Amino acid sequence: MAEILVLVDHADGAVKKVTLELLTKARALGTPSAVFIGAGYDKASEKLAEYGAAKVYVAEDGELDAYVTAPKAELLAKLVADTGAAAVLVPATAEGKEVAARLAIKTGSGVLTDAVDVSADLIAEQSIFGGSTVAHSKVTQGTPIIAMRPNATAPEAVPAAAERVEVSVELTDAAKLAKVVEKVVLPKGDRPELTEASIVVSGGRGVGSGENFAIIEKLADALGAAVGASRAAVDAGWYPHQAQVGQTGKTVSPQLYIAAGISGAIQHRAGMQTSKTIVAINKDEEAPIFELADYGVIGDLFKVVPQVTEEILKRK
Amino acid sequence: MKIVVCVKQVPDTEAEKRLLPDTLTVDRESSNPVLNEMDEFAIEEALKLAEAHGGEVTVLTMGPDGADAAVRKALSMGADAGILLTDPALAGSDAVATSYALAQALGTTEYDLVILGSEASDARTSLVPAMLAERLGLPQLTFASKVEIDGTDITVNRLTDYGHDVVKAQLPAVVSVVEKINEPRYPSFKGIMAAKKKPVAQLDTAAAGIDAALVGAGAAATAVVDAAQRPPRTAGVKVSDDGDGGVKLAEFLSAKKFI
Repeated sequence: MAEILVLVDHADGAVKKVTLELLTKARALGTPSAVFIGAGYDKASEKLAEYGAAKVYVAEDGELDAYVTAPKAELLAKLVADTGAAAVLVPATAEGKEVAARLAIKTGSGVLTDAVDVSADLIAEQSIFGGSTVAHSKVTQGTPIIAMRPNATAPEAVPAAAERVEVSVELTDAAKLAKVVEKVVLPKGDRPELTEASIVVSGGRGVGSGENFAIIEKLADALGAAVGASRAAVDAGWYPHQAQVGQTGKTVSPQLYIAAGISGAIQHRAGMQTSKTIVAINKDEEAPIFELADYGVIGDLFKVVPQVTEEILKRK
Repeated sequence: MKIVVCVKQVPDTEAEKRLLPDTLTVDRESSNPVLNEMDEFAIEEALKLAEAHGGEVTVLTMGPDGADAAVRKALSMGADAGILLTDPALAGSDAVATSYALAQALGTTEYDLVILGSEASDARTSLVPAMLAERLGLPQLTFASKVEIDGTDITVNRLTDYGHDVVKAQLPAVVSVVEKINEPRYPSFKGIMAAKKKPVAQLDTAAAGIDAALVGAGAAATAVVDAAQRPPRTAGVKVSDDGDGGVKLAEFLSAKKFI
């Protein structure tokens, strides 16, 4: 069976859940080969083997991480040519999609983004227009490049050899034009990643201030959830952009989404309406968020959120 | 400094969007076309840079005949000139073809900096800025929340999942901006009046040096096989908080096995 290249998403070797999802999907399409770029492979190898990587192409050269996206695309383009891979799967993160974009131009291939599924004949299911439309699409030229949305597949462990193959690429000058001179990492805490979390608790305009987000965080922590924020809350400077859910922010599709003090403008709905169960807490009975909520509480979030948090902690 | 801002005309952000059942392309008729919101931030950043460093701002858009509405909006905000790349051959272009067409159109003008919004509100793929950098062989400074220029040095803060990267490059470069970067200005009445007199050049594929065989629906490297609207979600239980709203919610979460 042809190889399916899977770009590994990791932080210094800590493999992101989306990678395990991609490996799971890749197994249905061919033989999964993980592509690990950057430092920390020793930490990653076990996970990649556990989730079915038959091979892992390892490129630990620090230069590949020193410039914006282009080096990764050059390495992948080389691997596509050398392996004759049948498809390339990348995570539909901001960076993953940009690597896909450059790879598509380099290899003369089509690219599909935000896929939530892909069938054995490489037809991708895409959730578009904020989840209001489901489309099936295919790549008609080159080696299909498919950017898969995190949290769309349940990862299954099916161990494989994860045979390590060292790879390198002589970077062109064009790949070295945008140099990363500093990485600024926000303190993250112990909460799960927004796009990977099975529960997300989000606050909006109704939260009223940055300090008040503490009550949203407490509820999130009681549920082991990630914290999200509406664009209004992010624009007001109450919560970082990385937490923004909606158009121009992250798209999430957790098992449970709790929206507190969020009216539910289309901007926001576009990022969360494919969540399995939606709960809304809002004092405005007419708020559009209630139209999609499986359970809505009309009330003051400053009373309801602390009460439900306390109740959850009591029941645990 | 010469700055070109690439903008896109999209269906109204507030409207529900759909694909046309026969062509499986975006229905652009049933809602008002507007300038893609993120592009307003790109225009604002271009205007601010031109104000700070001197220079001129040209707006480039590719779209159907009426797409000059997006250009006019940009001109009314203060951009100096517009280029409308329009040709029936371009209809149905995917991101690969769009980036090629824009790269060719950019070849007809001089620039030190190309600025785009980091995503369009219709397709939301965020592919075109990176593709454009790849095609032009220029530094890719995308998802910028801050742009600083000093001579030919350009430094941006590139937003990432973990925070941001500080990225340095030399002009010319391709920048895409996020909406945290600035507050776009509203066009003034004077600006709207002045925009009417500003030049908008119209290019077809031949004038832009675009090989028509490489663009449009026929050349697309991807195809939509089928599409269906998801049935809208239906509202479930709604309760009023009479002092026990949190407790009731906890019962719901417990029944659903979230606790």
